[in-house]
Amino acid sequence: MGKISVKNLDLYYGDFKALKGINLEIEANKITAFIGPSGCGKSTLLKSINRMNDLVEGCRIEGEILLDGENIYKGMDVNLLRKRVGMVFQKPNPFPMSIYDNIAYGPRTHGIRSKSKLDDIVEKSLRNAAIWEECKDRLKKSALGMSGGQQQRLCIARALAVEPEVLLMDEPTSALDPISTSKIEDLAMELKKDYTIVMVTHNMQQAVRVSDNTAFFLLGEVVEYNDTEKLFSIPADKRTEDYITGRFG
Amino acid sequence: MKSKAWTEKFMQGVFFIAACASVLAVALICVFLFANGVPAMKEIGFVEFITGKMWKPNNDLYGIFPMIIGSLYVTAGAIVFGVPIGILTSVFMAMYCPKAIYKPLKAATELLAGIPSVVYGFFGLVVLVPWIREFGRTLKQAGITDSSGNGSGILTASLLLGMMILPTIIGTTESAIRAVPEHYYEGALALGATHERSIFTIVIPAAKSGVIAGIVLGIGRAVGETMAVIMVAGNQTWIPESLLKGVRTLTANIVIEMGYATGLHREALIATGVVLFVFILIINFSVALLKRRSEHE
Repeated sequence: MGKISVKNLDLYYGDFKALKGINLEIEANKITAFIGPSGCGKSTLLKSINRMNDLVEGCRIEGEILLDGENIYKGMDVNLLRKRVGMVFQKPNPFPMSIYDNIAYGPRTHGIRSKSKLDDIVEKSLRNAAIWEECKDRLKKSALGMSGGQQQRLCIARALAVEPEVLLMDEPTSALDPISTSKIEDLAMELKKDYTIVMVTHNMQQAVRVSDNTAFFLLGEVVEYNDTEKLFSIPADKRTEDYITGRFG
Repeated sequence: MKSKAWTEKFMQGVFFIAACASVLAVALICVFLFANGVPAMKEIGFVEFITGKMWKPNNDLYGIFPMIIGSLYVTAGAIVFGVPIGILTSVFMAMYCPKAIYKPLKAATELLAGIPSVVYGFFGLVVLVPWIREFGRTLKQAGITDSSGNGSGILTASLLLGMMILPTIIGTTESAIRAVPEHYYEGALALGATHERSIFTIVIPAAKSGVIAGIVLGIGRAVGETMAVIMVAGNQTWIPESLLKGVRTLTANIVIEMGYATGLHREALIATGVVLFVFILIINFSVALLKRRSEHE
């Protein structure tokens, strides 16, 4: 069984059925990529895994998502779920405060007050996100003064600071230049040793470069889910083939 | 083409004149106030005018210190009552409120802004003053205070002003909170923070300058409010000994005596206006400073 199991998941936004009968096993310590055209439901599924969809009015879910066998929609504290399943957003969203306070926000939320402990966490998280060298001398400066790529790595560090098990990345590089993008990709591949990563991407090369498994979404359904290499070299479904060869989407 | 350029120039001129109107108004008020008030201050003696504790125009004693204290007390009281309630209300409206309640709530706060101040004053006179009188008597019976007061005083005026500044604070704070990008809030939630924690540690701090602006606008309204205060504050011209005692504000001083004042007395009242004007300037200036500092952080 995988780290995350999605079972017969239907998701509605009001009357609109955005996800239809999704079944997916996401393996631990692998990078799983979700690809597909806009509006196909891949981001929706991603946001269901840490229940950020709860914020959307009229959003309703049937079926289940299991994290280590536990149903995240039944009897699990949503804040603890989000501590275990971290998220990096499409647009870098550092808080308007210092770099240090950004990283310390999560640990403080979960009750860590000791200054020395927080110092350790901040350094460790920034090192893990490969950004420590760039910002160790300006920890007290506002995070908003960093470049876009640095901000995104800061957000990854911030997510790592609460020691999650899973990291969800929603098109984490779509707002970044190629150099920053490759840094984030390297980082993701480094991080999968310790974390299970799920990444939504519009960039198929990116999926090929970094992911171990890929799920192809179309109109709210998973058309094909397989080892990345297999999916891109010998797609089983005609629609997958059309999409990855650029015939539509 | 040529005629279009001409109309553009013309309209630019119209806009410029419109923009000048407000500058001109401020300039004229400044000139009037200072031209009439400053000579009076000189004649009375600047220090005596500001720090004098006696206001007895019949004896040529013009000390407005009690009125300065009065304005400060009443404004501080209004802040104590109005700011927490106003901020919490706007947080509720922006972050918690179910849609069904939002519309009536919004309409109610907006209506609060539209009520004429004399109506507030009347409400204070008929409802608050008797309440506070009872409250004072209860305190006196319990031995907590020596004198119960008659219901008109600092506490009553503070309560009423606190109510009056609510719509100002709620309006600006709510829009400041709504202007905070949604992704700050989502980012905090995604780290496992609760709804409350996200709001109070991320969203409100991010809306800080708007919230401060709202508070200052409220202070401005409280300092400048006249009619309602006169009706409930008691208006004695000496320094009050307790919160239940009557007090006269700078604005009240001007309005109460303007009708019959002549000569130096009249000019002393205009000088009171100068002091009020300087107060407002100081408030605006300190806000500008605060804002600049928070932007540099």
